[in-house]
Amino acid sequence: MYTFNYHVPKNVNEAITIFKDSEEPKYLAGGMTLVASMKQRLISPTDVIDIKKIKNLDNIEINNNILKIGALCTHDQIAKDSNVLKALENFSFLANGIGDPAVRKIGTIGGSLSNSDPAADWPAAVLALKTNIFTNNRTIKNEDFFTGMFETCLEENELLTSVEIELPDFFNYIKFPNPASKYAVVGVSIAIYEKEVRVSVTGASHTPFMAKEISEALSSNINSDFPKKSVPMDDLNNDIHASAEYRQNLIDVLTKQLINSYS
Amino acid sequence: MNKVSIKITINNKTYEKEIKPNLLLVDFLREELSLTGTHIGCDTSQCGACMVLLNGYAIKSCSILLAQLNDQEITTIENIEQDGQLHPMQEAFRNNHGLQCGFCTPGMIISAISLVKENKNPTEHEIRKHIEGNFCRCTGYENIVKSISDGASKMYEKENN
Repeated sequence: MYTFNYHVPKNVNEAITIFKDSEEPKYLAGGMTLVASMKQRLISPTDVIDIKKIKNLDNIEINNNILKIGALCTHDQIAKDSNVLKALENFSFLANGIGDPAVRKIGTIGGSLSNSDPAADWPAAVLALKTNIFTNNRTIKNEDFFTGMFETCLEENELLTSVEIELPDFFNYIKFPNPASKYAVVGVSIAIYEKEVRVSVTGASHTPFMAKEISEALSSNINSDFPKKSVPMDDLNNDIHASAEYRQNLIDVLTKQLINSYS
Repeated sequence: MNKVSIKITINNKTYEKEIKPNLLLVDFLREELSLTGTHIGCDTSQCGACMVLLNGYAIKSCSILLAQLNDQEITTIENIEQDGQLHPMQEAFRNNHGLQCGFCTPGMIISAISLVKENKNPTEHEIRKHIEGNFCRCTGYENIVKSISDGASKMYEKENN
C-alpha cells in the first residue's frame, strides 16, 4: 500500500474542507473495501479522511413509520438493533448475511452504498424500499443514486450521512450467494406498500436496478404470474460465476421465492 | 506524508506511538511487537487467520489500519490464556483434535471466543455460519465445530463457577 496523509475530522464540514483541499482524497468509514483496494494498489489516494470519529452518524431510530439509519452504522449494529428486528426483520437478516461476522463488525452501510459494488446487498434493499439518501447538502431519491459499476451520483466531496426508509407492509431479500465470496450472484429484494410492489435486483448487472416490468405486474396483482425473462440478457453479467442466461433465470426464481415468502 | 499519533492498548499494554498512516494492524503486531501468533493467510480479508479481538469481538487485522484504532483495545491469541492456563476454547481445540497444521487455529479460536461472547450456547448451524470468515484447508471443519461447541460449554461452566 502506498502511503498517504491521514486525517481525522471531528465533523462533516471539516471533512468536506479537508477533501476540497486535498489532491486525490478518499473518505474512509470502515474500510472493508477501501483498505483492501489500497493494499492491492487498485487505488492510491493522497489523503485518507477517516470519518469514523464524526459524531451522530451512527444512530438508528424509527419515527412516524420512517427508519433512519446513520451512515456510520455497521452491518452488525443494524442486524442486532432490536427496533429494526421488530419493525423490519428481513432487513436485519440481510445485514446479517453481508460478508462474515468480522467484516460486519467494521463495515458500514454508508460505505457500502457509496462504494456501489454491483453485487452488494444493501443497494437491493435501498432500491426496493422507499428510501431517501441524505448527504451533507441534499436529499437523493433511491432510484437516482446508483449510476453504474462502483458509481453513484454523489459529487466528488459529497458525504453520505444517513438513509431514511419508509417502512413497508412487507419486505424480503433473497440472494444466491457465490459460495466463496458470499457476494450475490443474483440478489432480489421485494417491498410491498399497500398495493405497490417494488422489486429490485443486485449482482446481476453492472449496477443494481429496479425490475420495472415485474414490479408493475405484481403491483396490479401480486397473485398473478409476473413476466418471465423480463430483463434482457444483454444487460446481465456473463462471467465465470454464472452466464447471463443463468442470471436471467435466477431473477425469476428468486422473485417467485420472495412472493411465496409473502403469501 | 504525515505521521499519525496513536494510543492503543494491546494485550493490556498501552502503546503511544508515531506511525506511518499505511501501517496495518497485523504488520504492527507481527513486525513491531513480534506477536506472530496472529497469522497472515490470504491477506485479502477472506481467510480469518489474522483475527484478533477488538474490544472483545473478532476483526480481521490484515484489513484495518492501525491509525483507525486510536484509543482502542486489542487482544491477540498470545494473551487469551489466563494464569498460565489455556483458555477453555484452546483446551477444547486440543481435546477435540480441532486442528491439523494449525495455521488457521489462532483465528478460529479468536473467532470462536467472539461468537460465545454473543451466543453462550451456539448450535452447530450457528457455529458453521459464524466461521464463514475462517478458512481451514486441513480438517474439513468437523472437529473445529465440535471444538467450538465444547469450548462454548466450558467457557459457560467457567463463568458460572
